[in-house]
Amino acid sequence: MFRLLKNLTKRDIALILLVVILICLQVWLDLKMPDYMSEITRLVQTEGSEMVEILKNGGLMMACALGSLASMAFVGYLVANISANFSKSVRKKLFSKVEALGMGEVKKFSIASLITRTTNDITQVQMFLSFGMQMLIKAPLTAVWAITKILDKSWEWSTATALAVVLLLSLVVVIMVIVVPRFKLIQKMTDRLNGVTRENMTGIRVVRAFNAEKYEEKKFAKANKELTDTQVFSQKALSLFSPIIFFTMHFLTLTVYVVGAYLIDHAGAMDKLTIFSNMVVFSSYATQVIMSFLMLAVIFMMVPRAQVSAVRINEVMDTELSIKEGERDVADAPETGTVEFRNVSFKYPDAEDYVIQGISFKAERGQTIAFIGSTGSGKSTLINLVPRFYDATEGEVLVDGINVKDYTFESLYNRLGYVPQKAVMMDGTVSSNVAFGDNGKGKRSAMDVTNAIKVAQGTDFVEKLDKKYFAHIAQGGTNISGGQKQRLAIARAIARDPEIYIFDDSFSALDYKTDAALRKALKKHTKHATSLIVAQRIGTIMNADQIIVLDDGKCVGQGTHTELLKSCEVYKQIAESQLSPEEIKASMNIKPVDYAAEEEKARKQAAKKLGAFAVRRVD
Amino acid sequence: MPGPRGEAEKSKDFGKAIKRVIKELKNFRVMAIIAVLIAAISSVVSIMVPNMLSNLTDKIAEGLRMDMDFNAIWSMTIMIALFQIGSAIAGVVEGFLMTDVSNRFAQELRDRISEKINRLPLKFFDKNQTGDTLSRVTNDVDTIAQSLNESLSTIVAAIALFIGVVIMMFVTNWVMALTAIISGFVGFFFVSIVLKKSQKYFTARQKELGNINSHIEEIYSGLNVVKAYNGQKEADKEFDRLNQKVYDANRKSQFLSGLMPPMMMFIGNLGYVAVCVVGALLVMNDAITFGTIVAFIIYVRMFTSPLTQIAQSLNYLQSCAAASERVFEFLDEAEMPEQHPTQVLERDKVRGMIEFRHVKFGYDENKLIIKDFSALAKSGQKIAIVGPTGAGKTTMVNLLMRFYEINSGSIYIDGVPISELSRENVRSLFTMVLQDTWLFAGTVRDNIVYNRKGVSDEQVWNVCDRVGLSHFVKTLPKGLDSDITESESVSAGQRQLITIARGMVEDAPFLILDEATSNVDTRTEELVQKAMDKLMHGRTSFIIAHRLSTIKNADLILVMKDGNIVETGKHDELIKKNGFYAELYNSQFQIS
Repeated sequence: MFRLLKNLTKRDIALILLVVILICLQVWLDLKMPDYMSEITRLVQTEGSEMVEILKNGGLMMACALGSLASMAFVGYLVANISANFSKSVRKKLFSKVEALGMGEVKKFSIASLITRTTNDITQVQMFLSFGMQMLIKAPLTAVWAITKILDKSWEWSTATALAVVLLLSLVVVIMVIVVPRFKLIQKMTDRLNGVTRENMTGIRVVRAFNAEKYEEKKFAKANKELTDTQVFSQKALSLFSPIIFFTMHFLTLTVYVVGAYLIDHAGAMDKLTIFSNMVVFSSYATQVIMSFLMLAVIFMMVPRAQVSAVRINEVMDTELSIKEGERDVADAPETGTVEFRNVSFKYPDAEDYVIQGISFKAERGQTIAFIGSTGSGKSTLINLVPRFYDATEGEVLVDGINVKDYTFESLYNRLGYVPQKAVMMDGTVSSNVAFGDNGKGKRSAMDVTNAIKVAQGTDFVEKLDKKYFAHIAQGGTNISGGQKQRLAIARAIARDPEIYIFDDSFSALDYKTDAALRKALKKHTKHATSLIVAQRIGTIMNADQIIVLDDGKCVGQGTHTELLKSCEVYKQIAESQLSPEEIKASMNIKPVDYAAEEEKARKQAAKKLGAFAVRRVD
Repeated sequence: MPGPRGEAEKSKDFGKAIKRVIKELKNFRVMAIIAVLIAAISSVVSIMVPNMLSNLTDKIAEGLRMDMDFNAIWSMTIMIALFQIGSAIAGVVEGFLMTDVSNRFAQELRDRISEKINRLPLKFFDKNQTGDTLSRVTNDVDTIAQSLNESLSTIVAAIALFIGVVIMMFVTNWVMALTAIISGFVGFFFVSIVLKKSQKYFTARQKELGNINSHIEEIYSGLNVVKAYNGQKEADKEFDRLNQKVYDANRKSQFLSGLMPPMMMFIGNLGYVAVCVVGALLVMNDAITFGTIVAFIIYVRMFTSPLTQIAQSLNYLQSCAAASERVFEFLDEAEMPEQHPTQVLERDKVRGMIEFRHVKFGYDENKLIIKDFSALAKSGQKIAIVGPTGAGKTTMVNLLMRFYEINSGSIYIDGVPISELSRENVRSLFTMVLQDTWLFAGTVRDNIVYNRKGVSDEQVWNVCDRVGLSHFVKTLPKGLDSDITESESVSAGQRQLITIARGMVEDAPFLILDEATSNVDTRTEELVQKAMDKLMHGRTSFIIAHRLSTIKNADLILVMKDGNIVETGKHDELIKKNGFYAELYNSQFQIS
């Protein structure tokens, strides 16, 4: 918590000092008021007092009240400024930090948690700052001040007050000890209840197919009952607070009076009146003392919650960046459009096993390199090393002949066109999504956008949309289908006109026909660009220049489709699971050939449009 | 009445909403009324306590001049103490009752929502987002409970106190009463101005916070793209803009809301001084006695506090109304039509024939997706449905399972139209495995057995063996009893295998596989496929698949396009025909 407060600027700290001074003034005024009050009471009580006197005292009291109001308003203004500024700068810092995190760290925290940390947690801390700060200054100040005012009046009264304070505080402690752990429990149970409801809704078809409605309702009712029971218990415990507090306060007044009666009775005639007026004053100050102790208690109840949030924010702030930006802003690299892996291994920090191990290959300009393997074989991880979402644990990844770690992010990313497995759509329009980002070559034109969409086979559906290229896309692309999102995501990469394309299983949301048409158009459009493709379907990658077969993170085969069918057992198995023996046989003829011949051949084949099992390479 | 503290949302029809809440409270009405009565009585009683305290003061003051009358002092003290104890107990009882009323009411509402979910047609879930319904279950119901708890008895008690005080004041002295009331309202006039202003800023604050949160969510969840496209500058610029707006709204709304407590205090002090000054004037003119002033000093305090409370409670009721509107809107959603099944098909006696006859259907009344579908599946056949995305394959399953009702035509099982069977009956005849791997929080066993009773571990292991899950389950720390959490430890493929296992435990005469193996890699798929083939043996099964390799051995392939069957036949026949199916099939191998 206190570490977070370091984010306050010098100006903020100066303002806080001003706040302290203003609160002092306000407490002084507040404590002055009872004096005038008792003076007025006395005047009114005494027969024959002057109206002027009453008016004067009344006026003074009003002046105090106004002064107190003014200083409180000013304090409120300052505190609002300080806390808003604080949350603004912490939010900015956290946001920038998260932007700089590597995917490994993001995964560790989970995106959902990072979002909560940047939004809710900051709001929590800000709330605490704005309410807590005032009270934290005011409560002890009032308590001490009020105590000094009444301390020398009578030890009997002071003892009674001290007893009441101790009693109340221990009550607060007891209730909190009972309630606080239950609050955490309630949070958990709420999550559970949410979980059950979410499950029921997301699995609604399954639930109905299994006639499991009653089962789900029972599960919900149980979670609901648990939650409600705990809530009722802790709320009841909390509801004890206010009656007990008021009871103690009133009872304290009563005690002061009764004790006072005895004190007056035993005192000499001269002292009687002093004791009486002391008694009246004491009871009003005693109430102040108790109230300020309670205020303190309330703050301490708020502290744990804010503390949890503060810790969560600090966790992110303290995360050491595993991906550090290089320094070379490379304009002319020794090579163009090449990607090379030199004996690359990767494992997550703290993990025992390597995700990928000893991978080497080189993609020359214009080549297509494909990666295939079963789920969890490390294909995606491997391809993610190029845009430095992770850094290789061992070995080197080179782009255009330079280690990716040496590039500035900007100059590295200007070379890449990356399409993730899950298409990312932002709130905006079709165009704004396709033109997203910066490729160091200026803004993309409307022409670039339409062309890119055309290559990505999106023209048909985009032009059917309401405002075509300016149709609204909701956050996460919830208003278009999975296949459409994927096509726009691919268009986004094309619009960048990169040297190197990275497709991380980007074609699986498309049906086979669109997939094939898209890749055909893409190849034509990007003749000189290098492509790295992760895929599930053999058909997608069959005619790549080089196929790398991964199994458990290791390269178990490397070569063309035909070579691999002969030499690589894993590849053969994958092929067999997707294709019939005849198809495999037919596909053996495939080999990467030069474009012109290939185009010609394809045209002939298309013309024939026969041979059901023919596997074509079409440009 | 001045508007309450800014945060409350506006309800559409406050009166109607509150009436509805009161109506729905029926099971708790007695408890609520008792609580409210206790609160009202104890607040009226509390008017008397200050009077008694001032009497006590007077009694002690008398002791200044003559002997202390300890008997009188003690009896007064005991009297006051009894009142205070009584009021404390009443407070506790009232608090407990209201806690019970509001929370149990919330529990009831939540249960009703949960049951409602299962009575809604699937159409509802297509149109509404899960998050929205979830927020009704938790946030809105919580708001109702909390605001009821805070406001119901408070508002009644405050009104009782307010009326009591006003009456007492006028009975005592009308001039003083007017003084107190006028000074109170002058204060409230200013407060209401501030409140009106702050309302605006609170709405702005909520809005700006919402904007920045959704920007943060967007950037975080697309972080890889933001990085790889050098979109950071763009994102930062937008963030700074939104952050500045939040800052402005925060400052203003917080400042204004922070003004409330000091203003309330000021109103109290203003009333105090006004009463003293006017009172002193009156005393000097011998219009009233000193005791009246003392009484009024207390009345002024008592007069302002219920006003604040009423204002606050109205605010709570406002949010209660807004939240309840959303909750009841959900509870009032149209449910699936009542069913009057005239026939029953028993699982063991079903022969396994299904016929679609001129089925027409559209999710949207005016937009038919299935235009005129007829097909016959004979007992024990393996029927495959293929076609491009959007051709209506999954829709067929939805109709078969009666997730949706068809517009016209009919579907027969063993010659019985499914509209004459109960939905539960229809569903009990099918085993269904879907593409989305739906697992819930619980153990592996829970997820496989699900709602069926009397499934032995042996059966579960048997099924695991068949889908190739045994090895994975055995590597888990607690085997079948291991918890399946949201964690990454269970891969997409394994999740799918678990759902397949779940389907296998069900021993129904029909089987539906809707892209059931799309998440497992092709080698695992083959294994599962073999197990499935065993399972399908002798059963009528429907298979929807992306990968056409999985359905080559089907007895009948229905090729769909734009809601119609364009081709039917076996794989080889269809390939020979060289039509749409052949095109679809070959496109698998078309390469860039």
